[in-house]
Amino acid sequence: MNTTVTPDPPVIMVRGLRTQFGAEVIHDALDFDVHRGEIVALVGGSGSGKTTLLRAIIMLLKPAAGSIKLLGQEIIGISDSAAFRLRRRFGMLFQQGALFSSLTVRENVAVALREHTRLPAQLITEIADLKIVLAGLPADTGSKLPRELSGGMLKRAALARALALDPALLFLDEPTAGLDPVSAGAFDQLVVQLKESLGLTVVMVTHDLDTLWQATDRVAFLGEKRVIGYAPMRELTAAEHPLIRAYFEGPRGRAAREQAGAK
Amino acid sequence: MTLVPPPPVSDFATVRASPEGGRCEGVWTLDGILDLEQRLLDVQWPSGALQLDGSTIRALDTIGALQLLNVIASLEQAGHTVHLTGLREEHQALLDLVQQRRGSGAAPPPSKPANFLERMGRETIHHLYGSFTFLVFVGEAATTLGRLILHPSRFRWQALFANLETAGVHALPIIALLSFMIGIVIAYQGGQQLKFYGANIFIVELVSLTMLRELAPLITAIIVAGRTGSSYTAQIGTMQVTEEVDALRTIGIPPMDLLVLPKLLALTIALPLLTVFADVLSIFGGMVIAQTLLDVNFQDFLDRFPQVVTLTSFLLGVGKAPVFAAIIALVGCYQGFQVRGGADSVGRQTTVSVVESIFLVIAADALFSILLGGVGL
Repeated sequence: MNTTVTPDPPVIMVRGLRTQFGAEVIHDALDFDVHRGEIVALVGGSGSGKTTLLRAIIMLLKPAAGSIKLLGQEIIGISDSAAFRLRRRFGMLFQQGALFSSLTVRENVAVALREHTRLPAQLITEIADLKIVLAGLPADTGSKLPRELSGGMLKRAALARALALDPALLFLDEPTAGLDPVSAGAFDQLVVQLKESLGLTVVMVTHDLDTLWQATDRVAFLGEKRVIGYAPMRELTAAEHPLIRAYFEGPRGRAAREQAGAK
Repeated sequence: MTLVPPPPVSDFATVRASPEGGRCEGVWTLDGILDLEQRLLDVQWPSGALQLDGSTIRALDTIGALQLLNVIASLEQAGHTVHLTGLREEHQALLDLVQQRRGSGAAPPPSKPANFLERMGRETIHHLYGSFTFLVFVGEAATTLGRLILHPSRFRWQALFANLETAGVHALPIIALLSFMIGIVIAYQGGQQLKFYGANIFIVELVSLTMLRELAPLITAIIVAGRTGSSYTAQIGTMQVTEEVDALRTIGIPPMDLLVLPKLLALTIALPLLTVFADVLSIFGGMVIAQTLLDVNFQDFLDRFPQVVTLTSFLLGVGKAPVFAAIIALVGCYQGFQVRGGADSVGRQTTVSVVESIFLVIAADALFSILLGGVGL
C-alpha cells in the first residue's frame, strides 16, 4: 500500500484498441479501464472477443492499433527486457489450467520463482508450499502431478502458480467453468478473499452468472467490437442496450439475479 | 503494496538492532527480501526477550510475511522470546493469513528413494508387462483384421486412402533423394576397390545386389519409421490426451477400426512400393558413379544387370517390406495408446516408438538373413 494518497491512474488503461485476425476485426476503437483493487469481469456473447482482449492485455497477442497501459507502462512496442520485468508483476490463470504436465504442482508454482528471482531453493520450496495452501489446497498436493488432480483442484493449483510472484494483477480466464456449484462458489470466495488480503486487482473472463453477482465490483460487457456497458452488476442488468438485455434476461439470468437479491 | 517498483538497494528488507530488540525496516517483498539472511548475520541481538518493531516495514507481501515468520522462528530457536509489535493493520492481517494457512497442513514426509534392487525389479516387471500388452495389442489388431475381412463393407476406405497419400506419396521425394545418395556412396566406396583389381564391371553386382536385397528395404523402412511411425504415435497420443480416443469408443467406433487398421494396411501397401522406388533410384545412383568414375556406361550396366540379378533377389528385398511396415505401424500405434497425461508423455512415447520400431526392423532383417541363408537363398 502506497503511503501517498493520490488518485491512482488506472492499473489497466486500454485506448482505441483494434485487434484483428486477417480481415476479421475483433475489436475496434475499444476503451477499457481497470482501477486498483477492483474485481472486474469481462462478459459478452460467444465470439465477442473477451479472451482476445485478455490476451492482448497480457501481451500474448499483438493489437493492430491502439494503446494499452499496464501498471502505467505502455505495452505496444515494449522492449523485451521491459516486457520480462512487467510479466513478473501479473499472473494468469488459463482456462484449462495449463499446468506443465511433467512437473509436480510444487514445481509448477516454483517455475516463475526460479525464473525471476535468485532466492535459495529451500525458500522457493517454502514459498511454493505457502501458495498452494493459500489457494486452498491440502498441503500434500505439492508433490502430486497435474494429472492426479480433479478439475477443481487443477484450477486451484493453477491459481497458486498465478500467485507465485505475489502479482499486483491477476487475470482469470473462465475460472469457474467446469466446476461443480460448490467448488465454483468456494473459488469465488477465494478470489475475493485473496483480493482483500493481498490487495490484488483481478480481471476475469466468465460466463458464470453467480460469479458475476457474488464476486465482481464492475462488469464490462463486450459487443459490437467494443465495451458497450461497464458498471456494477446491478446497474448493468438494468441497461437498455438490446445485447445486454438479451444476455441477462434469459431464465438463468433472472434466477441468478433473484438469488443475489435474496441475500 | 504490490505496485511498488523494485526497490533501490537502501530499501531492502532488514532488521536493525535496538535496545529492546530490533526494528524491521525496508520493503519486505519478493524483491526486498533477497539475501536477507546475510544481512541478519551481522545483527547483534540483545539476549533474552526481544521486542521486534514492525511499524517501519514499508511494504509486505506473502513472501515477505513468510520470511518474517522464518526470522522469528529462527530467533526463537536460538532461545529468545520474540514479540512482534506495531505492525500496520493490513500487514498484521496478511501475516495472520500466512501464519494460519501455513500451519493448516503438516509438511509431507519426504519420499524415500528406491534402492537399486527395487528399481531393477520394477523396471523388469514394467518391461515384461509392456511386452505382454504389446502382444495383446497385436492380437487385437489381428482379430479386428479378420473381422473386417469377413465384413469388408465396414472397412474405412477413406482413412486408408488418406494414409496411403501421407505415408506413401508424400514420402517419395525424401526417399528418392536419400536412396539416390546411398547408391552413390556404395558405388563410390566399392568402385575404388574394384578399380584396384581392374574388375570395374563387377560394380553392377555390387550395387544391384546390395541395394535390392538389403539396403533399399532397410533404408526405406528406417526413413518411414522416423517419418510416419512417429506421426502415428504423436497423433494417437494427442488424441488420447484430449480424450478423443474415449469419445470414439463412446460413439461406438472401435479406435482399432478407425485409427489402427487403415494405418497398418496403408503402410503395408505403401512400403513395398516405396522400396521398389528406392531400388530404382539407388541403382541409378550407382550407374551415375559407374559411368563417371569406372568407365562402365549406362548401356554396359543395363546389359549386365539381367544376367547377374535374379528375380529372387528383387522379390526377397521387396518381400521384407510388408513385415517392416507391419512392425512400424503396430509399434507406432501401440505407443500412441500408451500415452498417459500430457504433452510430456506424447514426446516420450514418440521417442520410444521410433527407437523400438527401428530396432525391431533391423532385428527382423537379421532374422531374415539367417533364415534365408538356412534355406540356401
